[in-house]
Amino acid sequence: MITWEVILKSLGEVGATVLVILLGTVVLEVILYFVLMKWLKYKYALPFMLVAPAIVGLCALVVYPLIWEFRLSLTNMALKTFRNPSFIWFKNYLRVFTEPVLKQKMFFPLLGQTVLWTFINVFFHVAGGLALALLLNRPMKGKGIYRTILILPWAIPQVIAVLAWRGEFNYEYGYFNILITSIGLQPVNWLSTPIPNFVAMCLTNIWLGIPFMMVILLGGLQSISGEYYEAAEIDGATSWQKFNSITMPLLKPVMTPAILLGTFWTFNNFNVPFFINQNELESSDILVTGLFRAAFQYSRYGFSAAFAFVIFALLLIYAIFYLRYTGSLKGVYES
Amino acid sequence: MSAKQTTIVQEKEPKRRKRSFFYGGREDSPFKRILIHLALILCCVVAVYPVLRVFTVSLRPGDRLLSTDMSIIPPDATFESYRIVLFDKPFLSWLWNSLAITIATAIIGVILAATSAYAFSRWKFPGRTVGLVFLLATQMIPAAMLMIPIYILAIKLGMVGTYKGLVIAYCVSAVPFSIWILKGYYDTIPIDLEEAGRIDGASQMQSFRYILLPLSTPALAIVFLFNFTTAWNDYLLARVMLGSQEKLLTWTLGIQRLQGQFQTQWGQFSAASILVMIPVVILFLYSSKWLISGLTMGSVKG
Repeated sequence: MITWEVILKSLGEVGATVLVILLGTVVLEVILYFVLMKWLKYKYALPFMLVAPAIVGLCALVVYPLIWEFRLSLTNMALKTFRNPSFIWFKNYLRVFTEPVLKQKMFFPLLGQTVLWTFINVFFHVAGGLALALLLNRPMKGKGIYRTILILPWAIPQVIAVLAWRGEFNYEYGYFNILITSIGLQPVNWLSTPIPNFVAMCLTNIWLGIPFMMVILLGGLQSISGEYYEAAEIDGATSWQKFNSITMPLLKPVMTPAILLGTFWTFNNFNVPFFINQNELESSDILVTGLFRAAFQYSRYGFSAAFAFVIFALLLIYAIFYLRYTGSLKGVYES
Repeated sequence: MSAKQTTIVQEKEPKRRKRSFFYGGREDSPFKRILIHLALILCCVVAVYPVLRVFTVSLRPGDRLLSTDMSIIPPDATFESYRIVLFDKPFLSWLWNSLAITIATAIIGVILAATSAYAFSRWKFPGRTVGLVFLLATQMIPAAMLMIPIYILAIKLGMVGTYKGLVIAYCVSAVPFSIWILKGYYDTIPIDLEEAGRIDGASQMQSFRYILLPLSTPALAIVFLFNFTTAWNDYLLARVMLGSQEKLLTWTLGIQRLQGQFQTQWGQFSAASILVMIPVVILFLYSSKWLISGLTMGSVKG
């Protein structure tokens, strides 16, 4: 049921906030216009005015909370000390490595699980996406229909897809156990035993992530000119040679940033490990779900802030090494 | 971003010859073609099957929701679950709340990204590189990491249990990725077009609005889709910000309520899922013709 009261209430709340945002933007632009354009007559006044609203918004949502969180990570704020936390400096950072971050799990086993999770998923996303993209990149009947259907897992709201998959892992009624028992094997307890649960998480996330890679790589394949293949054919190259020395190198500028983003997104994926792991198995937690539990279930705010910065630092180090090693994101950014 | 400008774009895209390492100028042999079709059909089944199962469960009558029956349309199909969800549960309010938030924030997000990306694409202003690196770095931050400070700040500002925090957060949360996509796309559009417009007397912003934007429809469509789905599908922030405000729940929170930890209303959950899915899937499939060019034009150029 829906009532007018609900309709008007949410519309009013959203509308009021949008008005505040608009007003803030107008004020910001007017100030910038007078200061940069009229008063300083700055050469780059216009680009600064164009960028300003987004940058201010991101500062409010990302930079300011991060600074605040850093300060928080130096305190012992928790449920008991919410009103008057005291500074304990870097003790929280030490605790991340020396104490269990969850009930039992220490930091490094959790990191190991996360790396394994990320590696398995990204590997299958790229392999599956590439295979499908290669199959689809040819003149054939029904190509559009195939592409449309294959995008479906990406189109479905993630929460629904994950909850639906969780239903498929049900011990008695789930599709997987019906399949397993029908070929005469013992049913598997997908949701409450550690290793099957981890496998279930990976299966779900692989299914979810392949369409994105497929679309990106298909775009990359379509931009490769057919002349290269013609030339290679005149020289008598085999299919594998063509793939290895034409397709792969020319796909690299598309693939490198896609893999980097895919890694971040998988590493930071919350929905899949959180929902598939119904019984709060610590063996299925990855760093970000551990972070969520530490903060919102165990209410250790100061500690989890320090934990969060450790995770962020890890990703930063990874990104720097990845970019050094491949060196190809430069082309995207400095063009 | 209006609908009437879309026709220009489709003509702009040159028809490329599509080839791959499987297809090297000759026709595939019929046997190989059959194999490829079989492989693709198998993948399509895997892609669709979980959704079909949700649909099946939504049609089952209340007394046998859990069943090992594998037929797609159960013999005793009924729309009872849909009726309960639509009329007895506050499902429509959840949907309305989500819709109001999502549309408002997606539009604001696209405007923010489109203008910023224009600056990043056309000027080498000081701080540009720093800004672009900063945008990439925001993609590294785990969402759960920002939840702690945002939650505590929201408590202190009295924003918990209202939409204020949610709307502000959704407006910018997809902006870094959007700027990245749009900047890459603008870069592929020759600057001569705008300069020609300037000679005819258009201002910088006019040439942006009337020349560049209409040419960027594929990327704008993708960016809108991303902003829309980011807000529409969000669970984490909504849970942290709205808590247990029954009247304000978005559909992600509501639907989780149907799938409680101990007793799941499977039929209602499935019916609600199907209803939520339809608009998003239509939006997605409609824009899928722009998906490929919109996402990769920028990065393949370099």
